[in-house]
Amino acid sequence: MAVISVATRYKTTVKEPGVPGVLKMNEERFVFMPNDPRSLMKLNVEFKNIKGHKFSKDGSKQALLNLTQDPEKGTGYIFEFDNFTDRNSCRDFVGRVLGKLQSVPGRPNEQSVPEKPAGAPLPEQLSAIEMERRIKLLREDSELQRLHKQFVLSGVLTESEFWATRKALLGEDANHTTKQRPGFKSAMLADVRPSADGRTNKVTFSLTPEIIQQIFAEKPAVHRAFLNLVPSKMSEKDFWTKYCRAEYLNRTKNAVVAAAEAAEDEELAVFLKHDDILANEARRKIRRVDPTLDMEADEGDDYIHLPDHGILRDGQKDTADTETEVSRRTLSQDLNRHAAVVLEGRTLDVELGDTRTVAEALAWSKQELLSNEKSEENVNLEKQERVARMTELEDLQASRNPPYASLCIKDPREYFDSQQANALRSLGGTEFGTNSLDLNLSKEEAYRHLKEQISEAKSRGLKNPIIRPDTALKVFSGLSQHLSSTRFQLGKNSQESALDRIPHRTKDELMHHWTSIQELLRHFWSSYPITTTGLYNKVQRVKDAMAQIYQKLQEIKESSQSDFRHQISLLVQPMLQALDAAFAHYDSEQQKRAAKGGAKPNGFVR
Amino acid sequence: MASAPSKLYQDDVSLVVALLDTNPFFWAGASLPFSEFLHHVIPFINTLLLLNQLNRVVLIATGTSSCGYIFDSGDGNSSGNSNAVCSGIIKKLEDFVGKDSKITKGSNGDSTRPAISSLLSGSLSLALCYIQRIFRCGARHPQPRILCLQGSPDGPEQYVAVMNSIFSAQRLMIPIDSCIVGAQHSAFLQQASYITGGVYLKPQQLDGLFQFLAAVFATDLHSRNFLRLPKPAGVDFRASCFCHKKTIDMGYVCSVCLSIFCKYHKKCSTCGSEFNQAAPDSTIPDQKH
Repeated sequence: MAVISVATRYKTTVKEPGVPGVLKMNEERFVFMPNDPRSLMKLNVEFKNIKGHKFSKDGSKQALLNLTQDPEKGTGYIFEFDNFTDRNSCRDFVGRVLGKLQSVPGRPNEQSVPEKPAGAPLPEQLSAIEMERRIKLLREDSELQRLHKQFVLSGVLTESEFWATRKALLGEDANHTTKQRPGFKSAMLADVRPSADGRTNKVTFSLTPEIIQQIFAEKPAVHRAFLNLVPSKMSEKDFWTKYCRAEYLNRTKNAVVAAAEAAEDEELAVFLKHDDILANEARRKIRRVDPTLDMEADEGDDYIHLPDHGILRDGQKDTADTETEVSRRTLSQDLNRHAAVVLEGRTLDVELGDTRTVAEALAWSKQELLSNEKSEENVNLEKQERVARMTELEDLQASRNPPYASLCIKDPREYFDSQQANALRSLGGTEFGTNSLDLNLSKEEAYRHLKEQISEAKSRGLKNPIIRPDTALKVFSGLSQHLSSTRFQLGKNSQESALDRIPHRTKDELMHHWTSIQELLRHFWSSYPITTTGLYNKVQRVKDAMAQIYQKLQEIKESSQSDFRHQISLLVQPMLQALDAAFAHYDSEQQKRAAKGGAKPNGFVR
Repeated sequence: MASAPSKLYQDDVSLVVALLDTNPFFWAGASLPFSEFLHHVIPFINTLLLLNQLNRVVLIATGTSSCGYIFDSGDGNSSGNSNAVCSGIIKKLEDFVGKDSKITKGSNGDSTRPAISSLLSGSLSLALCYIQRIFRCGARHPQPRILCLQGSPDGPEQYVAVMNSIFSAQRLMIPIDSCIVGAQHSAFLQQASYITGGVYLKPQQLDGLFQFLAAVFATDLHSRNFLRLPKPAGVDFRASCFCHKKTIDMGYVCSVCLSIFCKYHKKCSTCGSEFNQAAPDSTIPDQKH
């Protein structure tokens, strides 16, 4: 049995300071022991006598919890807490206990699926997060809170049923925890520019972990070198020094020096050579290219680059001296490579700290990618198939029948003729009022009568005056009254609706009834067809609640003032109709069940 | 509905095509005798002609088995004298009724089941064709509208044709005004006036019919922007089913051609598409609010 014990102050009215003490609550009763042993304000109350609980809003001056005995008069036990968290935990506890006590006995056995599968007959144990979420939602939305109080705490609906339709609201919070991962920066960091100090002859490169990660992503040869060399052959600092030196050499136009140094220092050479990994990748991509004109990759990509084209990084258009192995990438190559890396996205979740771990993680992810690619045999097959299909020339093919049946509307004359036959057959069954017409009159008589009338009109000529003045006056006044009454009813402002003109209290009541009816009707109609006793009981409860609201709506309609009576009845009418439809359905179902007689083994069958 | 005002033409020209109900079965039992009715309508036509020199009025009679043109003020041979107009109309009416009676006697061999409704769809079609001809022969901005003086009840077998005419009128932007001189409201004309933007009126006093017509229906379309005309409280939007011609509230609709049926059919009778899904066994409406 769960027990809560909190230090609070007990008071009978909100204004008095209250008696400090300790409040202990368990599932059956709560006990309040004042700190002062001499005080007489001891309480030992069973929860059975408590009808409800009220609480002050979070953030108000006092954190109050009021356990009410008599909901009408509002008398009860008021406890003031030192902080809101205590109060909230007590309040939730009380809410749970009251909910359990006030629920119909026997129901917990047939709970529909709660948040966690409940084997025990107790109402479902919700995780703390779930409870918190619900409470948060209830606190934020007063309308929801009102509905919740009205239905769940009075036992018409259970918690789980109430929240079952609101999974979307509850589920929202879960999504907030996953954050978006920022991608690579669009700026080309991998190209590190040194800062030269004017005074000394030193050149400084600064490398941040972000830049390092980009370098690894963009230049796979460097990545491979790092994995191979650090920390076995050289320290990280040395590695980067060499790399920066290579970059510097690249930047200066001194190709000869670069070649010389490359010849001396192996590792430096790595940085200065062509990046063969990239070359391999480019070649592989070319092989994968769809010959049916897929511009994904072509020869101009990356390494297979036409000489004499492109601007180098520092703006010169030197022809590459292909004898040396120093590679100079043109600006467009660098940019394209950077863009490709950015678009691929950041696949690592590793924090940028240790360069080594970053390098390894990147290597792993690349390996995975490669292995995925190599094992896709069917991709190639599919590609071949597609190639075969696309190389067909369409106008040399025979036409293929479309897979659908085309719409055919038959000759309209046929339709109308058949309808005419139908119509003649069924003319006797028309629902329109035929009372005013004399069916016994035969055709000849009717036509004769009409002809007589016409000749009478001919002989008499036009009347003078056409109509009598008093008739005309009556017509005018009737028309103007009709027009002005509609104007009065609809209001001068076309944006104003009927709702705005009835008094606020009535409007609020009506809106509240509307939302309650929606909630109840949703549960009502979703319980059909009734297959278990649980659903049957639920329908019973919901129907009783609907009957109560029906009463209230009738009262509102009758008690409204005469000015608004018409509008209110117009507003109330659809609600009553919806409820009537539900009641009618319920009654007819009851009758059917009674007619079938006896309980079937699997419960209630439609 | 008013076209752009232009300095060369007057804004308040109108072309009124009035459809007179001449169903003898209705008029035999009507509270207002047909001669009285004519004595209200013919002055009204004269009023319309007086309002503007360029106004044109066309009268079409709606019989039980046929419809016909009775009067056209744009004819070269109309003298303009009101008496001449009156006698011309009456003479033509007589001829029309005679022809209609002959046609009615000929088609229905069964004399115990007379036709109760008048051929509203036919006269609406005639009116629309006339207006279309006026549009095409170059008359400048005639601003046409249709006025239905209907007394007989709606014939549900004409539902499809009437709805088609209403939609054509809507497309051509021709308002359909309705004045109901019978005992009950007409769902077709309510819908027609609602969809096309016309005025629907059922006068309470039929002896003041002329006053109603002059006050409500005589104004041209341009002036209607400044006037407040009576609106009906609600519109009866019920359709009739295509198989039995009964008015229904809930039914089945073919998803291909949108024809309405009251019972489940395996095949749509209008477009021939087959419905492969089995009919649901239960008829519990799923009202999820």
